[in-house]
Amino acid sequence: MKLKLFDKLRKGSAASGQRGQLTARFLPCGDSAIAVELASEIDEKANQQVIVLAEDLSKRPIEGIEEVIPTYRSLLVLYDPAVIRGQKLIEALQGRLDKLVVSDAQTRHFSIPVLYGHEAGLDLEVMAEMKGVTPEEIISLHSLAEYRVYMIGFAPGFAYLGGLPEILHTPRLKEPRQHIQAGSIGIGGKQGNINSVACPSGWRFLGRTPLKLFDPTREEPFLLQAGDTVTFRPIEREEALELDAAVARGETGVEASIK
Amino acid sequence: MNVIQIKNPGPMMTVQDLGRPGMLHAGVSRCGPMDTPSFRLANALVGNAEECSAIEFAMFGGTFVASSPVRIAVTGGMVDVKIDGMTVSPWESHWLQPQSQLTIGAMKGAVWGYLAISGGLNVPETLGSRSTHIRTGLGGLDGRCLQKDDIIELGEAIAAPLMVQSHPRIFNGDVIRVVPGPQADYFDDEAWQIFLGQPFTISAKRDRMAQSLEGPQLKAARGHDIVSDGTVFGSMQVPGSGQPLVLMAERQTTGGYPKIATVATVDLPKFAQTPTGASVRFVSISAEEAEDLLIADRQAIKASLAALAKKPDPAG
Repeated sequence: MKLKLFDKLRKGSAASGQRGQLTARFLPCGDSAIAVELASEIDEKANQQVIVLAEDLSKRPIEGIEEVIPTYRSLLVLYDPAVIRGQKLIEALQGRLDKLVVSDAQTRHFSIPVLYGHEAGLDLEVMAEMKGVTPEEIISLHSLAEYRVYMIGFAPGFAYLGGLPEILHTPRLKEPRQHIQAGSIGIGGKQGNINSVACPSGWRFLGRTPLKLFDPTREEPFLLQAGDTVTFRPIEREEALELDAAVARGETGVEASIK
Repeated sequence: MNVIQIKNPGPMMTVQDLGRPGMLHAGVSRCGPMDTPSFRLANALVGNAEECSAIEFAMFGGTFVASSPVRIAVTGGMVDVKIDGMTVSPWESHWLQPQSQLTIGAMKGAVWGYLAISGGLNVPETLGSRSTHIRTGLGGLDGRCLQKDDIIELGEAIAAPLMVQSHPRIFNGDVIRVVPGPQADYFDDEAWQIFLGQPFTISAKRDRMAQSLEGPQLKAARGHDIVSDGTVFGSMQVPGSGQPLVLMAERQTTGGYPKIATVATVDLPKFAQTPTGASVRFVSISAEEAEDLLIADRQAIKASLAALAKKPDPAG
């Protein structure tokens, strides 16, 4: 059901073409950054627009832009005011938005292996109890959905995911835990995530992936980027240990497919 | 191999360079110095290229020994610097001979100090930079703060005279200029009157990532949660406690608290260097004014780097 809904959304935005329809708010973030805000809430279409704008600026740079941060519903544009003043930059960005075509661009898809439960699945049992289902049902609900990487933020390679089935929406813990291991697969409110580094967290965790979302020694240090789609593939302990070893050797342990 | 040995480290002592830009989209903090102009001056005083790395510390410097003759300079604020017990001045370069002991005392009226050494620190680059990001263990020496008895290899020094910055920078007054936004409209008139009308105290809760303020509570009329968006050096987040938290050099790349304002880049060094317990007042300026100030300040820094005076060099 969820999968079909996602397909519909994606096709819908492709069909309409969305040209010149974007209304943006340009919010000053001091003297060297402007946030281009395309929606006030988490919204797949706005997120797609954010990513397409980021790609457009990467393909045809505006002189003076240093880098951008795509987030859920806004793009933070960092600039050098000695090269382009903020007001001029806003005009240039509005110009880009007017011509932006949000079409069904190719997306990368990753099937992420997950060892559900065990040491990292701190909340699997509790969540099953809360929802009145079995842990196995939680696993199948979580692994049958398709997720979209809305944003990489907070820490290197840390992925925030949209597309969590409503039944799995769960409030965060009141008291955050001090240590959550890298690779943990979590739920915070309506969002999903994959931890890229060990850190404190108040999210709920269902398991772990042996994959490293961030490895500074790897040729490609970051596994995921905003706009990618992700599904989770339940694995057994034996495969997890094999993948742990492969990842320790510097392999990514996964190939992207292009959709 | 020329090395510097840390005999006794100050708090939060790290290797920094100008930072790790270009990977914010992947969640990688820009990092770099808390007080960039002081960092640049330290490097320039010892004849280093601007991309060289140097040592940053908080409050108190420590004791160092080099294996070969090097030029050193300490900047950031006024501080007691001694070489083998002899007092030497900060904001100028000195020779440090092998076996001689360099001692850097407490920062006076400032927080972040810089020790540049000719040749820079030859730690490996991680993702294009030597800056230490303590929280994720990236860069610097094994991604951590420097410890007692650490030995760090030095880079190749460029021949240069000893130099002095004749007019060390002085910060006047307690005013920090800010640009309202990006979530200025989350706060009503009453909150804005408090924010711009009353002083705030620099809290002891401060590190390279964030600087907490204590003072009257700021209530966000539209709530203290936003859909997470991007952050910059100087973003003034207001969490549910109502006490602003200013994001600094080692900040996370995104955040979910409303940001009432952003500290003007020109005032970031002054804000970073304000001692704990001191109070500051915030004054609102437009983004255009802040841009003008930043452009003028960059010219002034460039001019002061170019105007460093040569010292008579006893080593010839």
